[in-house]
Amino acid sequence: MRGLREYTTCLRKDRCVIWEAVISPFADYGFMRRALLGCIAVSIGATPVGVFLMLRHMSLTGDAMAHAILPGAAIGYLVSGLSLGAMTIGGLVAGMVVALGSGVVSRMTALREDASLAAFYLISLALGVLIVSTRGSNVDLMHVLFGTVLALDDAALILLCSFASISILVLAVFFRPLVLECADPQFLRSVSKLSAVTHLTFLTLVVMNLVGGFHALGTLMAVGIMILPAAAARFWSSGIGGLIAMAALIAILSSVIGLLLSFHFSLPSGPAIILVAGIGYGLSLTFGPVGGLVAQMLPSRHLET
Amino acid sequence: MNSRRSLLASVSALAAMSLVHATPGAAQDAMPVVASFSILGDMVERVGGEHVAVTTLVGRNGDAHVYQPTPQDARAVSEAEIMFVNGLAFEGWLDRLAEAASFDGNLVVATTGIEPIAFDGHGDEHGDHDDHAEHGDHDDEEHEEHADAHGDHDHAEHEEHAEAKDDHDHDHEDHADAHGEHDHDEHEEHAEAHGDAHGHEDDHAGHDHGGFDPHAWLSPTLAITYVDNIAAALAQSDPANAATFYENRASYVAELEALNEEIVALTAGLPDERRTVVTSHDAFQYFARDYGFTFIAPQGVSTESEASAQDVARIIEQIREEGVSAVFVENISDSRLLEQIANETGASIGGTLYPGALSEEDGPAATYLDLMRHNATVLSEAIGS
Repeated sequence: MRGLREYTTCLRKDRCVIWEAVISPFADYGFMRRALLGCIAVSIGATPVGVFLMLRHMSLTGDAMAHAILPGAAIGYLVSGLSLGAMTIGGLVAGMVVALGSGVVSRMTALREDASLAAFYLISLALGVLIVSTRGSNVDLMHVLFGTVLALDDAALILLCSFASISILVLAVFFRPLVLECADPQFLRSVSKLSAVTHLTFLTLVVMNLVGGFHALGTLMAVGIMILPAAAARFWSSGIGGLIAMAALIAILSSVIGLLLSFHFSLPSGPAIILVAGIGYGLSLTFGPVGGLVAQMLPSRHLET
Repeated sequence: MNSRRSLLASVSALAAMSLVHATPGAAQDAMPVVASFSILGDMVERVGGEHVAVTTLVGRNGDAHVYQPTPQDARAVSEAEIMFVNGLAFEGWLDRLAEAASFDGNLVVATTGIEPIAFDGHGDEHGDHDDHAEHGDHDDEEHEEHADAHGDHDHAEHEEHAEAKDDHDHDHEDHADAHGEHDHDEHEEHAEAHGDAHGHEDDHAGHDHGGFDPHAWLSPTLAITYVDNIAAALAQSDPANAATFYENRASYVAELEALNEEIVALTAGLPDERRTVVTSHDAFQYFARDYGFTFIAPQGVSTESEASAQDVARIIEQIREEGVSAVFVENISDSRLLEQIANETGASIGGTLYPGALSEEDGPAATYLDLMRHNATVLSEAIGS
C-alpha cells in the first residue's frame, strides 16, 4: 500500500485514486505501454495454444519445449550478439528440430511421444549448456535469455505481434482437425491424412509462441503465460470457444495486474505477471463454476462469471 | 559462466609468459597465484612482475557477480600459493570454490583496510544513524575491524540482494539529495585529501544494512590500498623478491596517483548540473564519491538482480526532472533496458563504461589504468558535450 499511496500523493492530485493506480502508469511511461502491448500479444497468441496443450494432456510439453529452444537462442546470441533476428531464428530452429524429431520418432517407432520428446529436449538442453559454457561470457547469457518485458523495443514488439497474428490465423485454419485430434486422435488418424500435418503444425505454433514469449518474459515465464491461464479457464467454461476466450482474458488481466504490481511495489515484472496468473488459477480452482471446489460442494448454486 | 576458451587463453598466456620469461631461473621461480577477476589480475601482474604467474578466474569482459567456476579454475586455485580476491561479497562463488579445491594457500582480500560504502536501505530506518556517526570517528580502529570482519561478510551477502531491491524502493529522493550534497562540497575536498580516503563520513556510510558496495577499485585512491595489500602478500610469500615487489609497487602507485590527478583534471571542469548519469548496474559509487558524480541504475549493485517497473519508472522520472545528460551501457551488462530508457527520455547513449572487467587486450580498457582513463574520458566527453 505504501507504494500506492506514494504514487497517489506525489503525482497529480486532482485525479482519483483508481486513475493514478491503474491508468497513469501506462499513460505516463512509454515502456509500460510497450510492456502491456507485448504481454497482450503474448496472451492472445499463446493462450489458445496453451488450451489445446491442456486438452491434449500435453501441458508439460510446453515446459520441455521451452528448454529445447534455449540452446538455439544461445547459439543465435553467440553468433551475432544481442540480435533479435538471430536469437529468434536460433530458437525456432532448435524448437522445431526437437518438436519434429520427437513427433517423427513417436509416429515411426514404438516410442511414445512423451518419451521421445523428453529424450530430444534433454539432448538439446545439454547441447545448449555445453555451448554456453565453452564460451567466455560477455554478458551473462542466462540474463539475456531471460528477457525482460520492460525492455521491449520496436523490433521485438513487431515480432511479438506478428507471431500472435500468425498463431491466430493458423489456429483458425486448423481449428477443426485440432479439436478432433484433442477429442479422438485415433478417429482423426483413421479418417484423414491431415492428422500428422495437424500435429506438426500445432507443435510449430507451440515453438513459435514460446520463442515470442521468451523475448517478452523470458523462456520459462513464457510457458507460464501459456499454460496457467488455460488451466484456470478450465474452471469457467466447458466449450472450447469459451475456454480460449476465458484463457486469453485471464492472461491479459494477469499481465495488466502484474505490470501494475511491478510498478507500484517494485517487483520484477515477469514473475509478478506469472504469479498473478497463478493467483487467478487458485481463485478459478476454488470459485470456478465448472468443477471448482465451491461449485462441487454446492452443486445447486451457480456463481456468476 | 566460463569459458573453457578464456581458460585456454589464460593457460596459453601462462605458457607464453613462461616462454617469454625463459631467462635463466625466472620460469621456474614464478609463484603461481590466482586472482578472482581481470582487474585484480592486472594489478597483481603489475606488482608481481615476472616473479608471479597469475591465473585470472573471471576473464576479460566476464561478469564476476554471477560467475560459475570450472574444474580448471579449481585446479588453478588448488595449485596457487596466493589467492587474491576483492572481498566485500563481490565473489559470492569463491568460498565454495576455495573449499572444493582445498585451497591451502594465503587468501588475500584486496579491499582489506578500505572503508567500504554501504548500500543505503530503507529511508525509515534512520535509527542506526548515530552509531554510525561514531563509527566514522575512529578511522584506524575501523580498519582492523573491517579486516577482521571480512570473514563474516557471508551473511552480509545474503541480505545484500534483499536490500538491493529496497534501495530503489523508498529512498530515491533521499538518495538523490544526499548525493547532490556531497557531490559539490566534497569534490574539491577530495582533490586535496587523496591520501585519506577514509575520512569521509558521507551519507551512505551512515546506513548499514549488512551490504557494502564491492566496486572499490573504481577509485584510484583505493586502488593504492589494493596494491599495498598485494605487495605485502607477495613479499610475505616470496621474501627473496620482496624488494622487487616493493619497487614495482612504488612505480605503480606513482602511476595510480598520476591517474587520479589526470581524472581530477579531466572531470573538474564539468558543470555541476550535468553530473548525474545513468548506468546499467550500481557500480560507480566509489568513483562518484571521488570525482563528484551521481550515478543511478535500474539494476542494483549486483548484475544479478532484475529491475522492476518501478525502478525503471523512477529512473525515467529522475532523468526527466534532473536533466540527466547521458546514459551509459556497460561491457558486462545487458544493454537493452538502458537503450529503452534512453529512447523514452531522449537521453543519449554516452558510450560504454567498463566497471568490473577489462576489455580484450586490443580494446579500450586493456589494463586497469586504461580502464579508469577510458571511463573518465567517456564520461567527461558525454557530459561536457
